[in-house]
Order: sequence, then structure tokens, then C-alpha cells
Amino acid sequence: MTGPLVLETLGLTKSFPGVHALSNVDFRLFAGEVHTLMGQNGAGKSTLINVLTGVHAHDAGEIRVDGRSVRFSAPLEAEAAGIRTLYQEVNLCPNLSVAENIFAGRQPRRRGAIDWKAIHAGAREAIAQLNLSLDVTQSLDTYPIAVQQMVAIARAVSVDARVLILDEPTSSLDDSEVAKLFEVLTKLKQSGIAILFVTHFLEQTYAISDRITVMRNGKREGEYLAKDLPVDELVRKMVGEVPVSAERRRSPSAADAASAAAAGRASPRFDMRGIGRRGAVQPIDLTLESGRIVGLAGLLGSGRTETARLLFGADRADTGTITVDDVPVKLGSPRHAVKHGIGYCPEDRKKEGIVAALSIRENIVLALQAKMGWWRPLGRAKEKRIAEHYVKALGIRARDIEQPIELLSGGNQQKVVLARWLAIDPKMLILDEPTRGIDVAAKFEIMDRVMQLCAKGLGILLISSEIGEVLRVSDRIAVLRDRRKVAELSGDALDEHEVYRLIAGGQA
Amino acid sequence: MNARLLQTIARHPLLWPIVTLLLLFTLDVVHRHDFLAITVLDGHLFGAPIDILNRAAPLVVVSLGMTLVIATRGIDISVGTVVAIAGATAAVLLADDPNRLGLALAAALGVGLLAGAWNGLLAAFVGMQPIIATLILMVAGRGVAQLLTGGQIIPIGARGYLRLGDGFIAMVPCAVWIALIVVVVTSLLVNRTALGLLVRAIGVNPVAARLVGLRSSAIVFGVYVFCGLTAAIAGILASSNVRSADGNNAGLLLELDAILAVTLGGTSLAGGRFSLIGTVLGALIIQTLTYTTYSIGVPPEATLVVKAIVVLVVSVIQSARARELLAQLATRLAASASSTRARTEVQ
Repeated sequence: MTGPLVLETLGLTKSFPGVHALSNVDFRLFAGEVHTLMGQNGAGKSTLINVLTGVHAHDAGEIRVDGRSVRFSAPLEAEAAGIRTLYQEVNLCPNLSVAENIFAGRQPRRRGAIDWKAIHAGAREAIAQLNLSLDVTQSLDTYPIAVQQMVAIARAVSVDARVLILDEPTSSLDDSEVAKLFEVLTKLKQSGIAILFVTHFLEQTYAISDRITVMRNGKREGEYLAKDLPVDELVRKMVGEVPVSAERRRSPSAADAASAAAAGRASPRFDMRGIGRRGAVQPIDLTLESGRIVGLAGLLGSGRTETARLLFGADRADTGTITVDDVPVKLGSPRHAVKHGIGYCPEDRKKEGIVAALSIRENIVLALQAKMGWWRPLGRAKEKRIAEHYVKALGIRARDIEQPIELLSGGNQQKVVLARWLAIDPKMLILDEPTRGIDVAAKFEIMDRVMQLCAKGLGILLISSEIGEVLRVSDRIAVLRDRRKVAELSGDALDEHEVYRLIAGGQA
Repeated sequence: MNARLLQTIARHPLLWPIVTLLLLFTLDVVHRHDFLAITVLDGHLFGAPIDILNRAAPLVVVSLGMTLVIATRGIDISVGTVVAIAGATAAVLLADDPNRLGLALAAALGVGLLAGAWNGLLAAFVGMQPIIATLILMVAGRGVAQLLTGGQIIPIGARGYLRLGDGFIAMVPCAVWIALIVVVVTSLLVNRTALGLLVRAIGVNPVAARLVGLRSSAIVFGVYVFCGLTAAIAGILASSNVRSADGNNAGLLLELDAILAVTLGGTSLAGGRFSLIGTVLGALIIQTLTYTTYSIGVPPEATLVVKAIVVLVVSVIQSARARELLAQLATRLAASASSTRARTEVQ
């Protein structure tokens, strides 16, 4: 059912000062196909997409649309050629209606005035084409992110679309929303649109792709039919070497635990009893202790992040108590939590984690400095020492510690946020999706560090959408569903199928 | 000159404030060759540059407070009003008894702290938009100042108070010394404590700042209090300089000049990175501009237009896009210079 070749690049090359972002890349995209672009961070996926969509102009090589050579010097030119792009974040206006969003910038007019009837009718039609039904007059922000994304797709394909490029569209969707998105993509594909898809999720790649192109270090590693490429083969091609051991972490044995307790390392123990907040999470019991990793499993919206925020004092709990080694404490703000040695790496790294314009050094010392207070400065020399220590210890790849953190890759930014908390010598770390949007090798690297820290006595609360990751490292797993803890598994009960069954609604 | 140096200069945040100030000076020197001449008269320094520094002092002081407020993503449009209230407070107390200099100064500064605390309370703890929070005091405070002065202009006769505005210490005007002290104290406060880092963190990403355990509200509150204090100091200088307190007109529109000084100095209104030196240069640019328009004979009714044009040009040049273009130009110039040199060497 593969259609004609729509978009093709030949020997595409693009450099930035000091970096060959793309060298000599050949790429093909056929009508009626979903083609997934895979590769680690820095492999050149984003640059390729930016060149195809006119964000950057290429240095050498050729782009052909329908066999004709083109050169895009602005995104509008690519759009005019029928190439439409959806970026990671939904780029629409949340305060406007669905219909206004679909037609923004190209409103049909009648006698000089905007023709609202035509807009609403057109929007309804565009939405219906995706097998959805929405009230198009409602403002966009009344709908969940997943629906907003559908609206963005409707906008993108509503006029003469030939190619639809989706850059990590699923990173903020839960499983059922992803399934819905894939339904829509399948329908679009059948209508003859060529779809270029970028994702980090292996399962999704296989669920939707017809063809896969793997990129590595700015070069095309190869192009494969999805059905001919086994998943381990794909990972090897992306990483270029055998991936870091994915063996399951062994929980400390009873003897280890006893000796740790004797050495006084099992302390502190944080007990949450009946901690809840209306509209966020039902009262929950959870115990975290030194040297243990507790995983929180559940779908997006199951109350994972909400639980973490209550423990950290980012939101205030309406019910329940928290004790540290049986002493009740009040964690009414992040400041209190930090005082008790809790650190929190938030889910949304960009919005809540990094302080973009500040340097790596400043980002690393921030929590420590906040803890010490403004009148007791660390001083430049000490800041430098601390930052350099962690850059080395965590393997943060950067030009130097004065580089603004926003210029680092996602994995390195995450390591800086981790370093920020390690600098206060924490007792307990909450990691909310620590490996989201990070390439495979860096994922393993970060989780390895986390396990090492845990072995040294740090307590960890790990939240991750990747059940495999949670299973691999956790001593215990609390399963959340519909803002409620439905089960807690440990030891032999830690089983993939069991976790999936509980998440999906099975009885404990 | 190598490319990197040229690029560093082209991208340096203080480039345009310095260039603007030098251009204004050049214009003045062309117009009046003895512009830069400073002479000693009666044991005091005299000359146009001293005059500019002296007159710029209140603006410099209040702009420093404004810089920190803006760095936290805030704004304080009540500073002009606080200038009037502080001046009125001192004048009223001195009118009763000209010998109560200490009390008058303490009261004026105290009123500034109080005004700042009010703004800080609304902006940091109640969570109002800073422009609205300070608008309240901007409007209501004028009423307070007028009540204090009874709607009259109150003359000030206390010798000690007037020396702040027209006296000299070690040949340099007192007002310049006071401005200098505020500059030094502010810069120590920002650089020798962790305040600079924390303020920038709050300005760049308030959510992340809270989640690292920073007491953002307390710091933002403190910054408004400090801004109120600088406004009060400016109010003392201004009322001393004109030997009277005028509830209606003292400090009128000073908030706008202060915001302008901050932006001319390269601090973004979006918060985050800020430059105290840039702000001082910005305030000096504004005062020099005023001086220049008068001295080269721009008719008084046209001075505001001239000022607007200069501000427009400087703002456009300072925009991110213009600076990027300039940096590219610098790179190209350096590249062509080095290739020319290479060619000459080959020959």
C-alpha cells in the first residue's frame, strides 16, 4: 500500500559551529506510510526535521519534494509545499476556541468580516475527518492535552497536507491517548499522507511504523522495514554498541539489611500515613527508607506526581501525617522538605527543574545555597569546586561549568538537577520521570548512578512511565490507579504481568 | 584584533550603554570644547560632568532599587510617589523644628521602608500583579503626600538637610557621595551575599526556585522594601536640592525614568539577568541626554521628542536581534581581515 515517493533528501549536510549535525544524509518518505526516525539524543534527528521544515537551511545536498529540488529558507515555505509539523509541545492558543485554532491566520472572510459559520462548519468537518467529535466552539484549554494535540493535527492536515511530521507527540500522553492518536495517524496514512514520526519509545515505534530510519552521530545508519528489524537489533544500531547491562537490580538481602540497620543506615525512615489532598490523590500510606528504592507505577493522571508533590511539600496535604523515624514532621513547603533532607527532581524538567539562563555551576549550587540562606554565600571558589566535582562524578558532558544549562542535552540537564540535590547531601530523593526524553545510553547511565547512590544509603522514590525501568530497580512498587494506591508489591510479587494487571484495573 | 575578542565585545551587554554615553559626550565636546573640563573653584569641583553626576544622583539611587525589583520579574511604579512622601515627611518635621535633622532623615527613610513593605506584601505574599500592586501606592501615595504638605509647597530651611543637596565633601558634591555609597552597598549586597544568584534564579524560573526550597516570597518582599528605601533616599536628595517638598510634583514620572534607566542598562523586563553597572550607566545616559538637549539649544518644547528618539534608537540597537546581527557582522569583519592579512603574507 506504499504510495509514491513524496519527500527525499540526498547527501543532506548541515553544520553548526564546531558540530557536524548532519553529514551526507539520504532519507526517503513515501506517501501512505508511517516512517519513524530513531536515534539517541544528538544523533541528528532534530536537525534533520528542522532542515525539512525550513527552520534551518542546509549547507549541502538536496531536498526533493515530488522529485523537484527545493530549498526552504523559512518554515512558511515548507508549509506551502505541504509539509506540516507538530512539535513536542502543543503550539496552539489555549484561550481560543477549537475552531479558531484550526483556522487561525487563514480565516475565511465574507464581505471583509470573518465568516464564523464557515469556520465552525470547516472545523467540525476537519475534526470529523479524524473520527473525533468535539464542540468546536469551546475554548481549547477545556480539553485534555491529548485532544489539543488532535486539534493541532486537524489544523496541520486541513489544507493540502502532503507530509505530517510529528516530533515526540506522545511524550505527555498516557496509553489510551497514544492508542487514540495512532488510530488517527492510521486514518491519515490511509488517506495518502506521508507521516514522519519521532519518538523515544520502542514499543510505540513498532506499534505504528511501516519503515524505520536509524540515525547515529549525524549520519544515517540505515533504513529498514519495521517488520524486518527486531527490537534488540534496533537498539544496537542506535547505540552502536552493546547497551549497558539491563539486568535487574538485586534487592539487598535480609542479612545486608540487618547489617545496614546495625550500622544505623536504615535510618531515616519516612512514613506517610493517610496523606491526601482533595482533587489530587486519595489518602495514601507509603514508607520510604534509607537504602531502598520504592517505585510508583501507574498511568499518567493516576496520582503519581501528586503523591510526590505532597511528600515534598510542593502542594499541601489536607489529611494525614508524615513522620521521620517516628517523629511527626510538618512538610508544608519545599523548604521544610529540604530541611529534612528530601530532594525532588520534577517531571517537567524544563518548567520546574532547570533555571534555563543560569550556568551549570549556578544550577548545581542553587539548592545548597537556598538551604544556607542568602546571607551565607558559598563563594565563587567553593561553588566552582562543588560544580566541578559533580560534573566529573556524574559524567556531565559540557564545554565548561559556566555554560548556560539550557544549551545541554536533556540527559545532561537531568544530571545537573540530580547534582543539585546531591550537593545538599540528601537522605531521600524523589525522582519523577528522571529518564523521560533522554536517550537510551544516558537512561542506563542515570539509573546506574541512582542505584549506586541507593547502595550508599540514599532512599529513593522513583516514578516512571516505563514499567520495565521501575521493575528493574525497585525494592518495592506501589501501584496507583485513579488517584488511589491499589497495591504494594515486593519480593517475588514484583512481576511485570502483575503490575500491568493491577494498573489496568485488576484486583489486588 | 582577533575574531573572538571582537565577538565578545559585540555581544557584551554593556557595549551599547557605554557607546551611547560616549556618543553623547562627543556631541557635547563638539558643541562646547571645554565640556569635559573640571575646575576647582572655592575648593569644590566644578564642570559639566560633575553637574551631570550631581543631578543624576537621585535617579541613580532609585534605579538601583528598581533593577532588583525588575530582576525578580516585578516592577515598582510607585517610586516617584515614595520620593514625594519621603520629602514631605522630612520637610514637615523640619518645619516644626529645624534642629531635628536625625529624626527627619530617619522618618523619611522609615516611610520609604514602610512603602516598600506595603508593595512587597501585596506583590510577594498576596500575589497581586506587581504593576497593579504598586499602582495602588502610586495613586494613593500622592494623596498621602498632599495631606502631609497640606497641598502646599513646604520650604526647607534646615542647613544640615540642605547640605545633602548642595554641600561638598572632599570637593565632590554630597549627593554624588551618597549615590556612590548606595551603588557600593547594593553591589556588595548582591555580590558578596548569595542574593544576586537567588534573585536571578527567581527571575528566570520562579517555579523551579520554589522547588529548590528557596524562600522566594521573602526574597521578593525584601527586594521591594529595598526599592522603597532607595526611593526614600532619592526623595531626600531631591527635596534637599530644590529646598522644598512638593506633594504634587516631586518625583513625578520618576518611575518611568527609573525603568528606562534599567532597560537602557541592558536588564530585561522579563526578569533574570541584571546589571547594576548597566543601570548606573542608563541613569547617566538619561541625565546626560537632558543636559545635552538643553546645552545644544534644542527648544524646551522639543526636548521630550529628542529624548524619545534617542531612547527608541538605543532600545532597538539593544534588542536581541540587532545584537545578533552585529555579532555576525563582527565575525565577518574579523574573518575578512584575517584573510586579507593571510593574502598579504603570501605576497
